[in-house]
Amino acid sequence: MAWTEEGADSVWANLVSGDLAHLADGPGVRASDGLSRRDFVRVAGAAGAGLVLAVSIPGCSPADRTGGGPGGGAKGAFAPNAWIRIGTDGEVTFVVDRSEMGQGVTTALPMMLAEELEVPLDDVHFEFAPAAKEYFNRIFGSQGTGGSTSVRAAWKPLRKAGAAARMMLVSAAARKWNVDASTCTAANGKVSDGAGHSATYGELAEAAANETPPEDPPLKDPKDFTILGKRHPRLDTPFKTNGSAVFGIDVRPDGVLIGGVERSPVYGGKVKSLDESKAMQVPGVHKVVNLGDRVGVVAEHYWAAAKGREALQVEWDEGPWADQSSEKIAATLRRLGQKPGAVARNDGDTDAALRKAGSRVHEATFDLPYLAHACMEPMNATAHVRADGCDVWAPTQFQTATQQTAGKLAGVDPSKVRVHTTYLGGGFGRRAMQDFIADAVLLSKAAGAPVKAVWSREDATRHDGYRPANHHVLRAALDGSGHPVAWSHRVVAPSITRVFSGQPLKNGLDSEAVEGAVGMPYAIPNVQVDYHDAEVGVPVWFWRSVNNSFNGMVVECMIDELAHLAGKDPYRYRHDLLADKPVHRRVLDLAADKAGWGRRLPAGRAHGIAVFESFNSHVAQVAEVSIEKGKPRVHRVMAAVDCGPVVNPSIIEAQVQSAIVYGLTAALYGDITIENGRCQQGNFNDYLMLRIDEMPEVEVHVVMDSDAEQGGMGEPGLPPIAPAVCNALRALTGKPIRKLPIHV
Amino acid sequence: MSITLSVNGSSHQVDVPDDMPLLWVLRDVIGLTGTKFGCGIGQCGACTVHLDGQAVRACLTPVSTVGSGKITTIEGLSDDNSHPVQRAWIQEDVPQCGYCQSGQIMSAAALLAGTATPSDADIDRAMKGNICRCGTYQRIRKAIHTAADLAGKEA
Repeated sequence: MAWTEEGADSVWANLVSGDLAHLADGPGVRASDGLSRRDFVRVAGAAGAGLVLAVSIPGCSPADRTGGGPGGGAKGAFAPNAWIRIGTDGEVTFVVDRSEMGQGVTTALPMMLAEELEVPLDDVHFEFAPAAKEYFNRIFGSQGTGGSTSVRAAWKPLRKAGAAARMMLVSAAARKWNVDASTCTAANGKVSDGAGHSATYGELAEAAANETPPEDPPLKDPKDFTILGKRHPRLDTPFKTNGSAVFGIDVRPDGVLIGGVERSPVYGGKVKSLDESKAMQVPGVHKVVNLGDRVGVVAEHYWAAAKGREALQVEWDEGPWADQSSEKIAATLRRLGQKPGAVARNDGDTDAALRKAGSRVHEATFDLPYLAHACMEPMNATAHVRADGCDVWAPTQFQTATQQTAGKLAGVDPSKVRVHTTYLGGGFGRRAMQDFIADAVLLSKAAGAPVKAVWSREDATRHDGYRPANHHVLRAALDGSGHPVAWSHRVVAPSITRVFSGQPLKNGLDSEAVEGAVGMPYAIPNVQVDYHDAEVGVPVWFWRSVNNSFNGMVVECMIDELAHLAGKDPYRYRHDLLADKPVHRRVLDLAADKAGWGRRLPAGRAHGIAVFESFNSHVAQVAEVSIEKGKPRVHRVMAAVDCGPVVNPSIIEAQVQSAIVYGLTAALYGDITIENGRCQQGNFNDYLMLRIDEMPEVEVHVVMDSDAEQGGMGEPGLPPIAPAVCNALRALTGKPIRKLPIHV
Repeated sequence: MSITLSVNGSSHQVDVPDDMPLLWVLRDVIGLTGTKFGCGIGQCGACTVHLDGQAVRACLTPVSTVGSGKITTIEGLSDDNSHPVQRAWIQEDVPQCGYCQSGQIMSAAALLAGTATPSDADIDRAMKGNICRCGTYQRIRKAIHTAADLAGKEA
């Protein structure tokens, strides 16, 4: 099936339901947004409020990367995106402009602030920021959480803001006591001088609001850190052990009704006819709403909505994809893989080198499936549409799009939409979609009441934006000593960028889809990477580590195959080919060393290794694997991580364990299949999850005091696990694994 | 039908369909939202509560079958996060997104009520019905051993 505009429109329109195109059309910070150095922090406090600082976090913006410092440029309006409030009672409140979906951002960011502000971390309270221009995530040019960016974006500016606040408090104290500021020290939420004066931050907050923020406050030497780089418990844990943390699904505004939504079983289908009479007879059902491409039932509670949905009689116009199947999709991807694609990397002359190698070329094809996100909290949102505006309570990763989607569908200006971000019961990229927001807004508008739209698990599995299915053609040639001299990697995968941007790809290339393939780190003189997009009617979206999730598997399995062909040890082979990649080599060596690479393992077990860089972080993993009852069993995983400056090793450890479970679940079980245009899986009985009895013992070693650039940590632990396990299985069985999920 | 339920030591009178799962009565009618919806078919354990001390899946428990049984939800496990399992969860910093953790904690508390010092195999058996998509399993295992120690010191 070929790509058509119309087909795409019908598939995507109801998924995104918002005008997102402009959000993806360029780097987050434009030149005009540049700020002068003194403008990175401003006093924003009203009288009586203590000290309130508004902070601008340019973070990983292009301007910051090119060395412009906070704000980077010269002119433009001050655009704060974080707030620090020091109350007259001394309480420090930090307004977090990120979504907490398990990655620990509500702990990591306050740690940065507390370190420079000189307050105990436990004294910092966090609040989620409402959606407003002030809270734009500067990397995306919009407020959202993704791409393992949160810590990277805040690392410098947030510490600077903490330092500025501390200096203002010190300066206020010095003025009050009529002493030189240099005689004062700040520690533990207090300022004191050598002469017996002492005051708490709370006592100084009002006065500090009259001080001018310093232009470029110096930061602590990392060796003096007392909070950063140390294991510290997460600040949100106590709310998550007693049921008090409020997730989206827990929101209950007065008078709220519950909505359930029946969607076309085939992507892009529309309602042909609807008979709502039986549904309306279900006790507790208030309203049935025909939304054109889906049907909503508004009821007293979830159970009535679910029963109402069962009683709906809907005939669907299934649209152009009604006969789509996994088999046909695989054939389409394979066919594309046979012809040259858009070139993404071209070193040397790969074609000539492969021709020269003739029959000695090693060729392998890899096939990986569609994957669902399977967030534990099913999709949901609550909306209250009124004539004068709209409130949305949502576990969203993308507040700006939520605001725009709600405004458009409610028929109000986006500035009249208040987005209240709740805790997210898993995100993994899924909650940047806006389909669940649209459900709540449309049903609230139709019902004239607040409505919480709640998806079933089956809805969430069958109407996901999936990690795209993908096909790869790899060709490589070795010289006489077994060194690779040519490497050709063709990636065929439906483009997420095209979906997200709503724009056709430029020159047929999605540079995100080849991330990790273009970055193939081994020293090979002739390298070519090319790419084919494919529109096959199945929604695709960002999934944890995105395209790295498949390109990592392919690159790391292929290099293992080459080591095997060359008769070399796969760890030493990689090590030798990474002479120019010191950070890769550092984590590779560390993982191999900690795992005892090369030592004798219990009978029937083997080690497999993989190393991969994504989101600026480097991770190597050694998996110890056996085959039990015809199934792979992963006993241990030794992981080594270099993410540059370390904020909280405990959270890094947790994120790596998490990414390993997510990736291993996919490698062992993940397989969304399509038949008659329909997703064949629905719930955890046919879309399996790794459980505690299959959990490998994971040990995480973090490179401390790294000189590497700061990297993200939410995703980079994922790409190496599948290839590490597959490479161990190849060592056990002699047969390469080129298809996921794994069958041995 | 009108039913009187005993939840966390309080009595609640509700008027709901008799086939309505306890989960939705707790969440949408009584307003105790700590018990979570994950799958609706008893596959994930997010809705685990105690019925007369036994761990049950509230999503598969029709409200009419509860009778005079005493229901304990995460909100009723302790008033102040002081149950040994809660303390152990905090000590080991278990939760990530936290969504499944109510169910994990209720399953773990039921395990420890019956088996004071569970082995790893006991933990596998009792906890494999609880899915965690964030992959907190390793810390859950450790926290259950910690909770057993904490409870043992109190006994």
